[in-house]
Amino acid sequence: MKHPLLAFLLLVALALPARAQDALTAALEGLGTGFNQTAEAVDRLGASGDPRALPLLRALTEGRLLRRADGTLLIRGEAGVIEALAGAPAEAAEASPVRLNNRVRVALRGALGRLQLLSPDAAERQAAADAVFRSRSADNVAVLETALGRETVPAIRDRLLLALAASRLMASDLADKMAGIAALGASASPEARAVLLEMRGANPGLAAQIDEAVAAVDRRLAIRRAAETVFQGLSLGSVLLLAALGLAVTFGVMGVINMAHGEFVMLGAYTTFIVQEALRTIPALQPWSLPLAVPIAFLVTAACGAALERGLIRHLYGRPLETLLMTFGVGMMIQQAVRLAFGAQNREIISPAWMQGTLMLPGGVAVTQNRLWILVFSLVVLGLTVAAIRLTRFGLEMRAVTQKRAIAASMGIRTGRVDALTFAFGSGIAGIAGVALSQIDNVSPNLGTGYIIDSFLVVVFGGVGSLAGTLVGAFGLGTINKILEPWAGAVLAKVFVLVAVMLFIQRKPRGLFAQKGRAADA
Amino acid sequence: MSLAVLPAAPDARLRLGLRAGLGLFILLLAVMPLLNLLPVSHPLHVSDFLVSITGKWICYAILALSLDLAWGYAGILSLGHGAFFALGGYAMGMHLMRLIGPRGSYGHPILPDFMVFLGYQELPWYWLGFDSFPFAMLMVLLVPGTLALVVGWLSFRSRITGVYLSILTQAMTFALMLAFFRNDMGFGGNNGFTDFKELLGQPLNTTAMRSGLFYASLLALVLSFLLCLRITRSKYGRVLTAIRDAESRVRFLGYDTTRHKLFAFVLSAMLAGVAGALYVPQVGIINPGEFSPANSIEAVIWVAVGGRGTLVGAVLGAFTVNGLKTWLTSAAPDLWLFVLGGLFVLVTLFLPKGLIGLAKGRTK
Repeated sequence: MKHPLLAFLLLVALALPARAQDALTAALEGLGTGFNQTAEAVDRLGASGDPRALPLLRALTEGRLLRRADGTLLIRGEAGVIEALAGAPAEAAEASPVRLNNRVRVALRGALGRLQLLSPDAAERQAAADAVFRSRSADNVAVLETALGRETVPAIRDRLLLALAASRLMASDLADKMAGIAALGASASPEARAVLLEMRGANPGLAAQIDEAVAAVDRRLAIRRAAETVFQGLSLGSVLLLAALGLAVTFGVMGVINMAHGEFVMLGAYTTFIVQEALRTIPALQPWSLPLAVPIAFLVTAACGAALERGLIRHLYGRPLETLLMTFGVGMMIQQAVRLAFGAQNREIISPAWMQGTLMLPGGVAVTQNRLWILVFSLVVLGLTVAAIRLTRFGLEMRAVTQKRAIAASMGIRTGRVDALTFAFGSGIAGIAGVALSQIDNVSPNLGTGYIIDSFLVVVFGGVGSLAGTLVGAFGLGTINKILEPWAGAVLAKVFVLVAVMLFIQRKPRGLFAQKGRAADA
Repeated sequence: MSLAVLPAAPDARLRLGLRAGLGLFILLLAVMPLLNLLPVSHPLHVSDFLVSITGKWICYAILALSLDLAWGYAGILSLGHGAFFALGGYAMGMHLMRLIGPRGSYGHPILPDFMVFLGYQELPWYWLGFDSFPFAMLMVLLVPGTLALVVGWLSFRSRITGVYLSILTQAMTFALMLAFFRNDMGFGGNNGFTDFKELLGQPLNTTAMRSGLFYASLLALVLSFLLCLRITRSKYGRVLTAIRDAESRVRFLGYDTTRHKLFAFVLSAMLAGVAGALYVPQVGIINPGEFSPANSIEAVIWVAVGGRGTLVGAVLGAFTVNGLKTWLTSAAPDLWLFVLGGLFVLVTLFLPKGLIGLAKGRTK
């Protein structure tokens, strides 16, 4: 060679992976010569922390690891026999399976668990972390620390930390135990609590510290439960808000009672379904079917609302009870028409990917994405409604007509048109609510019936004619309902809320946010 | 019309005609079970089905009367009258369940089947006494009456009127439905009560018993009608009508409107309870579905179609709408809800006084 240095560098480069290979090969020494030697080799493989040993160990567990007389190890797979580690095809002649006894099996379990902790597959690491947490042995501390050093997925890190703490608790060293207890006490996991309670008997000297840690876990669990209850309450509140907002306009602002409101919500949900089906042929637009459905549903139900107001309701102004009965009949017919057109069974609405799944907030509070989106959406719709009433010309005319119809008319406002538009606006909001509800409720012809009574309660509780009242009413009733649910059950909680609203109306007949002035007297 | 040449005022004549018509109708109903006894081949034979369904309609007519008293005369549009009907039915059902005794599938001497199934060791306290017929009949009146008293007192006192009261009563029946669907309420949950055996020592499935129940219902209808007639004709009834038309004015004249309305509402609820109690042994089942808000609002449309504010109208409406329902649900089941919904629209827009109003318009 003309360039000895180059040759040397080449040699080193070639040898580097070979050296790692060598370390693993060295660890294999004695595997298959006897039970004790096999167990020791398995321990060494586990300690190596090298994931390439995984296939070999799995083969050994399943009895597929063969040893030739010359000491070469072979793995019998589906595709034939290959050399262990090297992976080259090999002849299985004269090879016999490596035999296992209980000691080897115990060693295998430990080694597999440790190696899986370092596996490139996240699901495998998660499962391994769970297994190590359950097995709890002081021997795992070192490998857990290695795994923690490499782990990047936060959920698995949490499990690893828990497993590490639990393993430390098993150590003989007092400082280690204390560290384990402290770490478990800092978590908010019911499993950590169970581990602590289990260890209390074995460590009478540490009872005080363990009790303290359990109390800390309990505190955190209680906070998490409270946070989850609040979220569920807000979520229910956002649903109620969406369902009641349109009613707050038609009933609250206009004073027209529309029992077909729930059916408009249902029509909004079916519009979502139709938009979804129509977009099936255009794959590019498919992810946008839900956002597209919002304006379409608004227009569809607003048109239905305008037709209902102009065609029927305006003939009954000043006769609220008749309006109630008439709109109930209309709702019945809409429901039956949808039932005949689409069938009575539930229609499937596919949630877009960005609405699926669960979001983990700090402290382990689980929040479903679709409910979170609906919460945000309901507030946006509320904001837009308020803006439409406060800031637009139409809103101004609407308020003028509600306050004093005759004066508004004499100022040149076409009151009939404003009535129709206001009713269409409220109905359109119901349609938008239907789009949102299609994500969490069954889209069936009687979707709306479940919401109508609750919506009226929200509007009456919050104060007729006040959007702020509707907001507070919806979230208030939703949260109270969810707080009551754990100890009263879903049905009784609903009944309690109903009774509570009835009693509340005793104290404040005009709701939380009562409108002032004589106009409120019917 | 030929009647127009008679000297009497049209309203009085109409009233006379309606009264006579109602009398004739009741007579017709009264002979139905007798005609049922004729051989099937006889041209005047009335089928079992017709007799049993007419029995149901009579109960509905009592419910319509009770609702008319509250809505037509006192202006209380209750969308929860089905709850009072169902509560009366449940009180009767509890009595019938106690009478089954050891004849249930599990053969327990006291506990009804569903309680044995749910692992009850003894009868809940609120089931005590229901083995006695007079006690059960008392409860048929008292349970709906008490509920109406509480709800009515709370609402009328704080001047909840109009649509607010309607929504409140609808919420009431909705809440009761949810509650009765629960298994641990001790009322049979989903399935309610059924498989009744006997009443007053007589087996329920005999022709004699069926006719007996039919006549009892008819008697209850006649008595309810006379009671409502008596009430609405009295000075109290006049005040009630005045409250319906201008509540504030009546209050300012010094009448205690709360008490007037409360009396009408409670009495109305009791009548509805009686209707329910007569209904249950005839159909042989009671379940929480009876509390569904749709049932209550259907009863409202009977009264609206017949003509609210007239007692004959309520009875007429109950029979007309239910007759139509029975016919249509077998002839064109998909159409029925359109017709029912259409009736709501039609009556409110074009026939505010119902069929009776139509007749009145013709005689003028």
